[in-house]
Amino acid sequence: MTAHASRSVLTRTVEALLAPVLAVAIAVVVGDLLILTYGESPGTVYRLLLEGTWGNVYGFGQVLYKTMTLICTGLAFAYAARAGLFNVGAEGQLAAGGFAAALVGLWLPGATPAVLAVLLCTASAMGAGAVTGAVPGVLRARFGASEVIVTIMLNFVVLALLNYTVASHMAVPETLHTEVMRVGFVARLGAVVPAFTGSAANFTIIAALIAAIVAWWALFRTRSGYELRAVGLQPDAAEYGGVNVPRTWVRAMMWSGAFAGLGGINYVLGYKHYYEEGFAAGSGFLGIAVALVGRNHPLGIILAAFLFATLSQGGLAVNALVPKQLVDILEGVVILAVATTVPEVQRLLRQSAARLVQRASTESPT
Amino acid sequence: MMLIAFVLQTVRIAIPYLLAAAGGVMSERVGVIALGLEGMMLGGAFGAVLGSYYTGSAWVGLVCAMGAGVLVATVLAVCTLRFRADQVVVGIALNLLVMGTTQFFLRLAFDSASNSPRVNGFGGEGSSLGMLSSFSNPLVWIGLAALPAIGWVLWQTPFGLRIRSVGEKPAAAATLGVPVRALQWRGVLLCGVLASLGGAYLALDQHQFTDGMTAGRGFIALAAIIFGRWMPLRIAAACLLFAAAETLQIQLQGAQLVPSQFVELIPYVLTIVALAGVVGKSAPPAALGKVE
Amino acid sequence: MIATGSAAPIAVRMQHVSKQFGAVQANRDVSLDVATGEIHALVGENGAGKSTLMHILSGLHTPSGGRIEVFGEDVTGWDTNAAIAAGVGMVHQHFMLVPTLTVAENLVLGREPTRGFRLDRARAEADVRALAARTGLRVDASRTIAELSVGEAQRVEILKVLYRGARILVLDEPTAVLSPPEVDELWNVLRGLRAQGDTIIIITHKLDEVVSISDTVTVMRDGRSVARLATRDTTPRDIARAMVGRDVSLTLDALPTLRSADGVTAAAAHDASAAPTTVTAGDGPPALTVRNVTVRGDRGTDAVTDLSFSIATGEIFGIAGVEGNGQTELLEALAGLRRPTSGLLHFGELDVTQLDVRARNDAGLSHIPEDRHRRGLVLDYSIADNLLLGQQHHFSSRWGRDAAKISQHAAAQIQKFDIRPPDPTLPARALSGGNQQKIVVAREMGRAFTLLLAAQPTRGVDVGAIEFIHAQLRAARDAGKGVLLVSADLSEVLALSDRIAVMYEGRFVCVLPASACSAERLGPFMVGAAKAEVA
Repeated sequence: MTAHASRSVLTRTVEALLAPVLAVAIAVVVGDLLILTYGESPGTVYRLLLEGTWGNVYGFGQVLYKTMTLICTGLAFAYAARAGLFNVGAEGQLAAGGFAAALVGLWLPGATPAVLAVLLCTASAMGAGAVTGAVPGVLRARFGASEVIVTIMLNFVVLALLNYTVASHMAVPETLHTEVMRVGFVARLGAVVPAFTGSAANFTIIAALIAAIVAWWALFRTRSGYELRAVGLQPDAAEYGGVNVPRTWVRAMMWSGAFAGLGGINYVLGYKHYYEEGFAAGSGFLGIAVALVGRNHPLGIILAAFLFATLSQGGLAVNALVPKQLVDILEGVVILAVATTVPEVQRLLRQSAARLVQRASTESPT
Repeated sequence: MMLIAFVLQTVRIAIPYLLAAAGGVMSERVGVIALGLEGMMLGGAFGAVLGSYYTGSAWVGLVCAMGAGVLVATVLAVCTLRFRADQVVVGIALNLLVMGTTQFFLRLAFDSASNSPRVNGFGGEGSSLGMLSSFSNPLVWIGLAALPAIGWVLWQTPFGLRIRSVGEKPAAAATLGVPVRALQWRGVLLCGVLASLGGAYLALDQHQFTDGMTAGRGFIALAAIIFGRWMPLRIAAACLLFAAAETLQIQLQGAQLVPSQFVELIPYVLTIVALAGVVGKSAPPAALGKVE
Repeated sequence: MIATGSAAPIAVRMQHVSKQFGAVQANRDVSLDVATGEIHALVGENGAGKSTLMHILSGLHTPSGGRIEVFGEDVTGWDTNAAIAAGVGMVHQHFMLVPTLTVAENLVLGREPTRGFRLDRARAEADVRALAARTGLRVDASRTIAELSVGEAQRVEILKVLYRGARILVLDEPTAVLSPPEVDELWNVLRGLRAQGDTIIIITHKLDEVVSISDTVTVMRDGRSVARLATRDTTPRDIARAMVGRDVSLTLDALPTLRSADGVTAAAAHDASAAPTTVTAGDGPPALTVRNVTVRGDRGTDAVTDLSFSIATGEIFGIAGVEGNGQTELLEALAGLRRPTSGLLHFGELDVTQLDVRARNDAGLSHIPEDRHRRGLVLDYSIADNLLLGQQHHFSSRWGRDAAKISQHAAAQIQKFDIRPPDPTLPARALSGGNQQKIVVAREMGRAFTLLLAAQPTRGVDVGAIEFIHAQLRAARDAGKGVLLVSADLSEVLALSDRIAVMYEGRFVCVLPASACSAERLGPFMVGAAKAEVA
């Protein structure tokens, strides 16, 4: 029995890691070629990339700052994906979350206790994301509308509405951002660890880590997570098991949106204390890459978010030698490679696992 | 005169939509979701500028644009058709990839992070045609003809019949000896060519490449495909409708009747409404997104 | 028993054909002779190997052994294109038509008539009309498939094969989806084709059809061909006997069987009409009461029509019948997966008509679904997680799932039901069919229940698991549960049930105590031959 258990754990670990590792390897090769087109040495560029991120506290702080948002958008994609849905709407949900947080921060009286204000801002960020996420969920459950297309289109709608609202009613003249909030500030890491001073890293990352733990708990340690994953894997079996499939879809999209919305507090509560047009543009889409590489598992997502945040920040560090878009290309390559190799790897491993088990069940009837 | 100006500007705005949507409908009609349109357009725009810049000929630019479009489409086809990777993920990743790649090579080619130098387009400056100058641009005519032509091909030729059968029920087509996979490849590659021409039009019309210059037009084309219910002539009408709304907004800019952001929303909102089935039943190709 | 070949030349000759799929022997040493210009019926129960044999003939499968001749030429191991070129065309059970294209477009797809670059639609439609007129297969060439009825769509399928020049036509259960008038029309068409010299092989398990349409019959059982008969020299009863085989009665030795030919139908008719009020074996209210239930199928027509019956506590009520006669829809309605359009359902005294799946489970329902890969298991879930599907709300504590309870439960069930390998963390996908089914059985029978729905409980499982599952079903009955057993395997229904109903076209055409049942007696009801006598 232990032999089986360890074997299946091993298989699963290999399956989880093989595709991302392969993808990163492919990306490194592509990156080498690209760097060579600029006549630079790949080794130099990668060293620069690491020095600019993990090599100094400021760079590391920037990586942590970016990690926070990517954990949230990665969780958003993964949570819906576990229910069999594609939430491509994290861009809009994230912006809606940030806007709601800023709105509450502007609206609350200045005398509001700090903890309460932060909690209220955070809750409204998640709420706004949840509402934005619920729309495609309901359209899917009720009308069968493809959530992929609806979330993509809704991104444009939400961003345009927010931009309009800010630009024409709330913006500080000559800028694209609102006034600074009265309350709802979260301290930067620099306030506690002076070495971080100057970097945008702040304590909202704790909220992201908590969100990852909650998502993990909800998915793998609760009944509703059990049902949600069943819906994602085999909707007919879930229905047989007494699960209301359309309702599960709506709920999954709401939570998915809430996770994305939470990402908005990073910039608004932790960094600038106002809402600004395009404050986290691209983080929503990058969340798909994070979830993909993290294999839709919250723990994997934390690691993948850190990896992609490192790449993003590293792009800035190497910009003197090669354009920072090098990392955008690498990210794209990683997504393509993971998306392409995962089905292959799964097919292969499934076959070999089935063979092993069949042999085991016929040879040793213990 | 106002009306003519309005129509001309609408057409100018509509051309990239028409070309990209023409490509997109080919891709979707063989069962591959056209989420990569944005990337194909951007690749086409960049290719057109490279070609025109190094040779001085807009025609060479067109050829280079198509080459870039085919390249992007090939990646899409290899991932989704050969390896059966998820079409949504691949489409989105391709957009990201092309965005990064064009910016990366923009600096290599032109030593600029934001735009290329001025390149030759079709006709353009100094032309005696004035307002009508855009009609000396072959892409305008290709754009206007593309969707009707595709409609004709889909419904009047054996090739079109096979394309439609592949997007609808590939298993049935296969039992009759129709080469399903080969047709899917052709649909995706054709999508790359047409979408890249849409991008080339943008770049050559503006005589330069600017960073991210397609600015979501690939998604508007996708919206037109859905709103036009995968029927070429309806799609063309949707493209023109979206373009007309933009024109109206530009021409009424002084009047401030409706905030410009709301006009921008029209394609997206209409698409969501169409998907929800509020206006008639929306029927995508049955095999869309499911490559066996 | 073996009819001598007619004077006409042989169109198809299959000799000693065998086909192996992995461990499954679908065909063994099958022989089939079909003369040119005759209608030949290939009959047998589900899983007897009929479709496999015809897939080999039409080039979809390569035989593992044996020899195939068509019009005197050895064609063993050919592919579909070669088969089509030689004039062998198969009409599949599931339509292979593109719903958005017109009839004419579907027919010409792949070999389109052209004029210049253009598809010559006028000629395509003219060709189709000419073919339709010649064969009597009436259908409007310019309509899209989606607008057609099922019967019309089938005509298109036949036309499609004929358009490609088929002279040997294979039809796989063509009447399964047709209404009686459509069946009559199909017969006329087939007779017309025969008159024009075409050869037709029709797969069926409805004996009334064999009698009304075929010239000769080959009976298959367990992958073998067991008899070749001339239709006019035989009776449905002979064919039914050959279909189910005598070895079935071995399991019935303990049961008294009625063999009086005249008494059979009379008793059946009587029992069928009395079905809703049949006596119950135990005391107290029946475990399940079904009153005038009508259920709509996926096609939009009624799959179950005005059905009433009850199952007593301590009774196994078996439903026999050819698949597709409403059994699936009935079970889904009972389980809460499909809402009946009318009628009432009671578990004991409790009206469950409006209750959802979970509430019905909590009211004492257990359900072994007919398709474990689609419904019964989440294949990527572990054995432990699968062992609580549908019961997940009983394995939750305040802060989430009760891991201790889950693993305890898994360990106990794995041991009790002998699931192998006994590792609760393995995904269900990795297990053999028999062990997968044991997971389902363990989950549904390893807990308190009063009513069990068991659909195809032993399909695709090995012999050891079959015995085990049968023992479990008997034990449930002996413990006073009500059991509804639905199986396409008649011998299973006969061996286990206390009462047996035969379902045909959404109704029970007979309900009999098992003691009065035998394969011979039920056969005619299953294939619709005895329907008229009941009605």
